[in-house]
Amino acid sequence: MSETGKPISRIDGRLKVTGKATYAAEFNQPTMAYAFPVRATIAKGRITALDDAAVKKEPGVISVVSYKNAPKLKPLDMQAQAKAGAAFLGENLPPLQDNKVYYPGQFIAVVVAESYEQARAAAYKLKVRYAAEKAATDLKTELPNSRKPAKLMGEEAQVNGGKTTAPLAQSAHRVENTYSTPAEHHHPMEPHATVAVWEGADKLTLYDATQGVGLTGAIAAYFLGLQPENVRVIAPFVGGGFGSKGLWLHTLLVAMAAKAAGRPVKLALTRQMMQTNVGHRAATIQRVSLGTDTAGTLTAVRHHTDTYNNLTEFFEPSGKQSLVLYKAPVREVTYGLVKLDRSTPTFMRAPGETPGTFALESAMDEMAYKLKMDPVAFRIANHTAQDPMNGHDFSSEFLVDCYRIGAEKFGWSARSMEPRQKRNGKYLVGYGMATATYPGGRSAATVKVSMTASGDVTVMTASIDIGTGTYTVLAQTAADALGVPVNRIQVKIGDSSLPPAPLAGGSQTTASIHPAALEACVLLRKELTALAIADSSSKLYGRASDEINYTNGNLFIIGDEKKTDAYADIMSRAKRGEMEACATTQPVSGAGLTVPSALCTPREAPAEQNSDDKHYAFHSFGAQFAEVWVDEDLGTIRVKRFTSVQDVGRIMNEKTARSQVIGGVIFGIGAALMEATDYDKRWGSPVVRTLADYHVPVNLDVPPINVHFIGKPDPHISPIGARGIGEIGITGVAAAIANAVFNATGKRLRDLPLTPDKLM
Amino acid sequence: MRPFNYSNAGEPATAIATVSANPGAKFLGGGTNLVDLMKEDVMHPSALVDITRLKLADVAKTATGVTIGGTATNSFTANHELIRKNYPLLSMAILAGASAQIRNMATNGGNLNQRTRCTYFYDVNLPCNKREPGSGCGALKGVNRNHAIFGWSEKCVAVYPSDMAIALAALDAVVHVEGNNNVKRTINFADFHRLPGDTPEKDNNLKPGELILSIELPANDFAERSYYLKIRERSSYAFALVSVAAAMALEGNRIKQVRIALGGVAHKPWRASVAEKWLIGKEATETNFRAAAEVELKNARPLEHNKFKVAMAQKAIARALQGAMQGGEYGLEG
Repeated sequence: MSETGKPISRIDGRLKVTGKATYAAEFNQPTMAYAFPVRATIAKGRITALDDAAVKKEPGVISVVSYKNAPKLKPLDMQAQAKAGAAFLGENLPPLQDNKVYYPGQFIAVVVAESYEQARAAAYKLKVRYAAEKAATDLKTELPNSRKPAKLMGEEAQVNGGKTTAPLAQSAHRVENTYSTPAEHHHPMEPHATVAVWEGADKLTLYDATQGVGLTGAIAAYFLGLQPENVRVIAPFVGGGFGSKGLWLHTLLVAMAAKAAGRPVKLALTRQMMQTNVGHRAATIQRVSLGTDTAGTLTAVRHHTDTYNNLTEFFEPSGKQSLVLYKAPVREVTYGLVKLDRSTPTFMRAPGETPGTFALESAMDEMAYKLKMDPVAFRIANHTAQDPMNGHDFSSEFLVDCYRIGAEKFGWSARSMEPRQKRNGKYLVGYGMATATYPGGRSAATVKVSMTASGDVTVMTASIDIGTGTYTVLAQTAADALGVPVNRIQVKIGDSSLPPAPLAGGSQTTASIHPAALEACVLLRKELTALAIADSSSKLYGRASDEINYTNGNLFIIGDEKKTDAYADIMSRAKRGEMEACATTQPVSGAGLTVPSALCTPREAPAEQNSDDKHYAFHSFGAQFAEVWVDEDLGTIRVKRFTSVQDVGRIMNEKTARSQVIGGVIFGIGAALMEATDYDKRWGSPVVRTLADYHVPVNLDVPPINVHFIGKPDPHISPIGARGIGEIGITGVAAAIANAVFNATGKRLRDLPLTPDKLM
Repeated sequence: MRPFNYSNAGEPATAIATVSANPGAKFLGGGTNLVDLMKEDVMHPSALVDITRLKLADVAKTATGVTIGGTATNSFTANHELIRKNYPLLSMAILAGASAQIRNMATNGGNLNQRTRCTYFYDVNLPCNKREPGSGCGALKGVNRNHAIFGWSEKCVAVYPSDMAIALAALDAVVHVEGNNNVKRTINFADFHRLPGDTPEKDNNLKPGELILSIELPANDFAERSYYLKIRERSSYAFALVSVAAAMALEGNRIKQVRIALGGVAHKPWRASVAEKWLIGKEATETNFRAAAEVELKNARPLEHNKFKVAMAQKAIARALQGAMQGGEYGLEG
């Protein structure tokens, strides 16, 4: 009877393919006006004159908001923000508060008009003069000014500095190389957009393309000086985020513009603005050193990353996987950081692991080749079942199975150790593999479940479906927990007024909200059971609750299945039109939100379930295998097939899970072969500006992708046993492809993306 | 995008008269490039004259070849039996360009009139002599991996983006145009587009108000041996790093006639005339193809980031000629 795990199609799929799913920019309001932002044209300095007289004369213009007249926002204050759950403003720059410019493309004004076209045309007439200062625009140029940051997302950023120098020098074999990855942009299909609607001076509704309605509401409330409960954020459908849909300045800008205009305002970003105003993955230069003894056992791992940031504490954590993978007596993971006057870097699908596994897993391949060991065997020989940093067992870990199953399914044994051995017409054929890994995160979440006497169930939580399948898998979990068919379950998410849930980031949604959904359903069932037991006209009257099970909308006596009582009958006899239950669950360490919702007061204290990070380390693992065909004359690389084996705990829905991994692999193919944003050093601005020149894979670039799941529930993360799956699919992909290119051609390419010029 | 007037022309003469009378007016075909440029404020015509309803959309046989209409779509043209049979090089080139959706909208005349995809041209905050004469060339000392290796000037290093036009250059097409007061003339394809010189703002030699009525394809002996090779950063919907249109006619195994045109390397379709001359009368062998490519590329002048294009173009010429020998049975991937 289990619905969980079944490959059912998305319950919201029909709405999406018929155009009836409503996205942020489609929430048109009566009397709505349109905003178009103006961006800075210098990298650093200040505005000396801003003349909007000509703008105001343009047809349809309602107002121009700039630092000269913008409403005052609450200033940055990390402690206060953290307390308010408002720490993660995309860039630490409350908009339009002064005349300073920190990067090219920074929003410096917003024009509001009766139509989008009028706002855009009028915006060209804004006259701005600047006093430009010398800007730092290039990572390599600024490296001499690099500093050693102490902290990275709350963790130690310099781990064992210098401690691998001697062990590496003494190693029998050593591989030491520099790998580089470019700036990349998220470019979800749906551009960022917000519609702001004020009700009086202190109540605001935002229809926003966001990955977290709660997060966006908290940040907007903080900076606009509103009570958190007076900001409602609505996002029933979001067309992808990949880390770019936190709260960026346009959401505050449109709220400010709507206030100034005294009417609802819409602001939708252009693709060009998505290159400068909603984050990107920073470029990295990584130096990886590996040492082994004569038998191929690792003696030391060193991973140093140089990268940049601006207006944020965050920087690309590309050493992360090097703290988790492989057994080695000593490992050193360090960072150098420079500040560039470039738009703000942020989280992007598997922040850290995506560029980091390219470097580490390329180096592992280089070492295997040096040792004349099979790359799979080399990894298995150096496998660790414990977190190398704290010695904790991994909560549930089948990485060696991933390698073995992957190798078998892929046909890895047909690979030759030596490169250039396999040809097919004008192509050189190569095989490559790499390890995938991503943390298994979980946060607190609250879910409310209600049931009507007619048997319709509603599951409610302020989570979000950014295209991942959240709607569908929540219905499956509730269907199983209540014994109700999936088609009787309605899922309400994407609204900050619902019970709180974490943002859809860090691959934690499934792991966080399903335990709470299960708990809420269990509470609801318990109450139904108690009603039946107490009701003399029930066939279950007077029985013990542990004698009773449930199926198909009924309770029944175990072993005497004719003795049933339908939920509907129980409710009708008890004169209950609707019943509801609500639960909050959280991991033991309790990280995450525990804000009680006005809508939902859990009847029981938060269930402290599993997720015992004092004894276990939570990580997902996988193995990626690629076959590439290289046309050496022309420099073109085609991925011909790909096998991905993933150990991510329980699979909640075979179909949506597979789609997540396929999407991750495609993202990885993009990173491997084509994605990059180049910047002009003189002006600091990107010279890649549209989806015509920011290349992501087209269908013809995507080979058959064979996905296999280990599927063993993680007994320690939650009673559900599922870890997240949104990010791990991309990790290791670029290395698997680059390693396959080496196997095909004998050329080791260490600078992504592997565009045709790299093979010339 | 700035406000503009829109009108729909019923007759070529009306369209031409309207555009001739207003220096700010532009013809609007499929709009696949012009509308983007307007959205980005790179171009801001005061008026658009829609020419898609003009009766210039035929592909037809003539006494000396085939003529394709100025407003026929790229898709219609590429898939037309006369083109597939007699000018497979043109079919291959058109189908290597853009995406199916864009080709369904884009017109043949518009294809020849499309602007460079140089990102300095597109970013109105950066200098570009083509967009704003006198402002300088941003790409010359900037990010120029996609730029020219032949025929560039200090004023402009942009490349012309069309695939279709590379085939038309190889096929010695003739462009039929009409200007104001019914003045009609023809322009040989080699003279249609320009090198940047001191006036990169001029992409081609059309006079103000002149409309492309049709493109004439002279009969040739190349149908059996032609090939369009395009090297790009993804399999579809990407502009060429380097492309080659190659066509040959043989006498025994000797090369009687050969045409080679390169895309992605210059401000106009680049006829590899040095290589062509070198090959005439020689055996059609891979060694000779490579040798011819080498002599052609001796004249290349790469920029800081596009030195790879020299080796790439050299190999691509040899590969495209081999593809032509196999009569297009070579697979579009090269």
